[in-house]
Order: sequence, then structure tokens, then C-alpha cells
Amino acid sequence: MSGVRQVVGMTGDEAVAHAVKLVNPDVVAAYPITPQTIIVERYSDFVNNGEVDTSFISVESEHSAMSACVGASLTGARVFTATASAGLALMYEILYVASGMRCPIVLAVANRAFSAPINIHGECTDQLVCRDASWVSLFGESAQEAYDETILSFKIAEHPDVMLPAMFGIEGFIVTHALERVETLSKQQVEDFIPASRMVRDRFCPDENKTFGSLVLQDYYMEIKRQQEEAMQNAYKVTKDAMQEFSEMSGRKMEIIEKYQLEDADYAFVSYGATAGNAKAVVDRLRAKGEKVGALKIRLFRPFPSLDIFQALSGIKAATILDRSATFGSPGTIVQTDIASALYGKENVPSLHGYINGLGGRVLTLPEIEEVYEISKEYNNIGMTSTTDWVGYRK
Amino acid sequence: MKILAEITDVRINGRGGQGAVTASRLLAEAAILEGQYVHAFPNFGPERAGAPVTSFARISPEPFYEKTEVYEPHIVVVIDPTLLDDVPVVEGLRDGGTIVVNYDGEKDSLVKYFEGVHANIYKVAGSIIATEEIGRNVPNLVMLGALIKVTKLVKVESLIKVTLNRFKGVLGEKNVVAINRAFEEVE
Repeated sequence: MSGVRQVVGMTGDEAVAHAVKLVNPDVVAAYPITPQTIIVERYSDFVNNGEVDTSFISVESEHSAMSACVGASLTGARVFTATASAGLALMYEILYVASGMRCPIVLAVANRAFSAPINIHGECTDQLVCRDASWVSLFGESAQEAYDETILSFKIAEHPDVMLPAMFGIEGFIVTHALERVETLSKQQVEDFIPASRMVRDRFCPDENKTFGSLVLQDYYMEIKRQQEEAMQNAYKVTKDAMQEFSEMSGRKMEIIEKYQLEDADYAFVSYGATAGNAKAVVDRLRAKGEKVGALKIRLFRPFPSLDIFQALSGIKAATILDRSATFGSPGTIVQTDIASALYGKENVPSLHGYINGLGGRVLTLPEIEEVYEISKEYNNIGMTSTTDWVGYRK
Repeated sequence: MKILAEITDVRINGRGGQGAVTASRLLAEAAILEGQYVHAFPNFGPERAGAPVTSFARISPEPFYEKTEVYEPHIVVVIDPTLLDDVPVVEGLRDGGTIVVNYDGEKDSLVKYFEGVHANIYKVAGSIIATEEIGRNVPNLVMLGALIKVTKLVKVESLIKVTLNRFKGVLGEKNVVAINRAFEEVE
């Protein structure tokens, strides 16, 4: 447990920058994009003021940012970058290089809607569509969770059983630019939590004859991909353990899924990010009216915690899945289809009602969330086990 | 049964360049200093100097979860009196809520703007105070001085502390003088 906790007012972006400062990575390579810009702006201040030892590489695009991160990581450096929306899309090619070459890069995503039409506001599609890139993927609800997940991500990514890159997302503006109270950690706490420098087994070094990034065809490509899958499976336990250790160190409970008022619940909300806060607020309002309802928040999206979600939703009649992401022509919302796969064929599981909402920063208000809850109950009452709707838009 | 958190939603109506965003931030920082819980943010749009802008602060003595924008504020602060003619500043204001306006005329003439609105109406000559005490017509923190006098949302000592932390030296001290004056003169 920590001693006296220091509480500071910070925006989500500022919280990430200050947490990275405590980690003091060897290299940050980044390109600014709203609503992430404040992260790298603040961090470049720290570099300029000599408050950190980091080499800050300004690049001309996000494709170059992630490429520079890969190069730096291969030398054994601890590396951080941040992006959003179009920037993450431009990195997409190199995301696979980073994971395939087992570079434990940490990436902060200020979740923002894709163009077109151009929009700078919150939406999580940018990060969710990176689900198959072999990156550990987390979401945070608040500036506090942004701060905590920054530090946690290095611990997970660099674990010898994982050695995969990790990204964590906070929603544009409503978290990135909103001021909240953040309990900070001391430099000593962070140094005790993650080693001062990366443990490196292989690295690109002028004195050693090693090849990285070679051509691998039918003979070994699949074995290398299979190793990534095993690493991703390892990341599940590593994340659980790291969150447990972080909880003990910080005094703040951190779990791969958060269960709110679920013990005796008949109905549940499932969400992630800032929406999970709204879901909990609605649970309080509905509980005050006598509804037996709870909320499940997903913090770890990849590897997907299928078993934890099954156990949390076991015995629930209907689940309302609030998904702040767009997908078109899909059998369900992005997170809904994962949950459906996790529950398929199991007994005593809820009907699943997915709602695409909140695109481009659109707010689904608390009364609207209550309405959606009633719709889910109605679907369940008439025996519909799986539905997907868009809500909160002009019809 | 969990008691619902008592949340106060504040909207600040200003014009681009008048420091509405700084005002919501410092109000929230003062609340944090007192151990309160906050979510404070600007309404991000295509702001330009002089265009109407809004910022928000959601404050509660207890932890709260909601992360929506503020549509039904308990309190509205109007930093620029010319907004009264241009913007529906009472939009969404809760019945029995509070509105604090930067206004240098008589209070009776201000009340006429809010006919039919069930709210506690206060005014302070924010622009005059800012011009006289700070030397510039930037009345954002002045208006906070008036706001906290009539709502007791945070203590004036807390606001002064975060103001001096944000604005070092003479500028901070001048703002403190202006905040104190607004605190005394609001009616």
C-alpha cells in the first residue's frame, strides 16, 4: 500500500504524459493528432526541460512514428508513442511488424472517429479494428485509469512470457480533455513495479551478428504466428497478475473486467471506456427504482477475457451491450460478436442486445440509456436471444 | 440502497478568448483541492476568438461515474453580457437553478432578460472589475468569485490557491484582488 496519496487535477492526456514521465522510456517517436496531441506536447516539454532521459524523435507521419518505434525497440529500448483515428490507421501496417518482431512498444490511443465525414470526437472504432494485430488492448474509463494503464502496459508488454506491444485507449475529449482527480504514484513506486530498463534477450546491436525481420515463407511463417498466439494467451494471466500487483501497490482495485452491482442482478449492461461510467450511473438510477441491474466493464479487450465474461454474466437474463464503435454489415456490434462467441453453447447465459451508439462524439444520455435498457428487457421478454440496433441518432 | 451522488452541473457561457475553459478548469481544481470529485471539460467545436463558447464543470462531494456532457445545468455563468442577446443562456437551466451574469447595469434591467425563468439571478460588474483590477477585460475568474459567493460550491481560499498556482506573480495577485472584489460586490 502507498503512504500519503497525492491527488492532482489532470486531463486524461495529461495523466498519460505524467505517467510516461515516471516510466521515463528510452525513446518516444510520435506525430501529433487531435485529441492525442497534448500527450506528446507535454512529454516534449519534459524532454526539453531535462526532466526525463528520453530521446524524442519527431517524425513526419504516424507510419514513420511506429516504424521508428520498431527500430528503437529492436535495439532493446523501452519505447512509447501515442496516436488516434487516422493516425492509428496509418500505423496499421507497422502494428503487425511491431507484434511480429515481438517489440513491446506501448501505444496510447485517444479514441477518435474515423473520417469521412471528418470528426475529431470520441469513438472507439479506431482501436477495436486493431483487434487482430496481436497487440494487447486495454480501455480506460477515466483520467485515473489512463494514468494507471500507461504504467501497467509496460509491465504487460515487456513480460518475458508476452513480449508483444500493448495499446490502451481513452475516448477523445470526454476523457482526453476532461479534468478529473488523479491519484498519482511516486517515482519509487513505479521503479519497484517495472524494472528500470527492459530485460532483453535478443537485440539489434553492432557487436552481434543477428538478423531481424528476415523473409520467412511457407516453411516457418505459421510457427512464428503461432508463437504470437501463445504469447497473447500468456498475456491473459500476465495482465491478471500485473493488475493484482498494481492494485496492491496503488491501493486502487484494478481487474480485467469490473463488476458493478452484478451479484444479485437479473439484467446487465456491458460496456468499456467512458460509456462504462454512464452505465454505472444508470445502474444507480435504475436500482433506486427497484430494478435488479448491474454493469460489467471490459478493461482488457485483447486477449479477450471470455471465461471471466461468461462467469460474470452467468445467470443474467438479458445483457445490454453499449458499443461506441461503428461496424457495417456485421452480425452484431464489434464487442457483441466477441461476447456471443464467448457464450455460445453455454448454459444459463443472457440474451445479448448490442447497441451501436455514440459515434463521432454523439452523447447517449442517461435517460436514453434507460430507454435502451427497457428495449432489451422487451426483446428478452418476447424470446429474442440476439439483437443489434443503432441508437441515439435521427431517424 | 445506494444514495445517488449529489452532483452540481455548471455551465460557463463565454466568448472565445475570454477564458471560459480556464474558468471551468480552475473551478474544478479548487473542488479537487477540497477533496471533491469533478469532471470538467470544454465543449470542443470550431471556436474562434469572439464566437460563443461553453465549458462545463460537474462537481460532487462524492465519487460519481457519469461522463456525459452537461445539458441541464444547475448553475449558469455568463462571462460576456453581449451573449444575453445572442445565445439562449438559460437553455436547460434547472428549475430553481442559479444564473450569474457579468452585467454592469441595474439588476432590475437584467431580470427583464429572464422573464418566466424560475431561477436565482445574480449579477456582478465583471468587466469593470477585471479592467480596473487586472488591466484587461478578461473577467473569467472574476465571475468565479461571484459564483462561489452565491453558491458556496468551493471556498474562496481554494479558488485563490489554484489561481495563484496557475498564474504566477503579479497577474495571479491581480486576479485574486479581482476575485475578492467580485465576491464582495455580487448582488
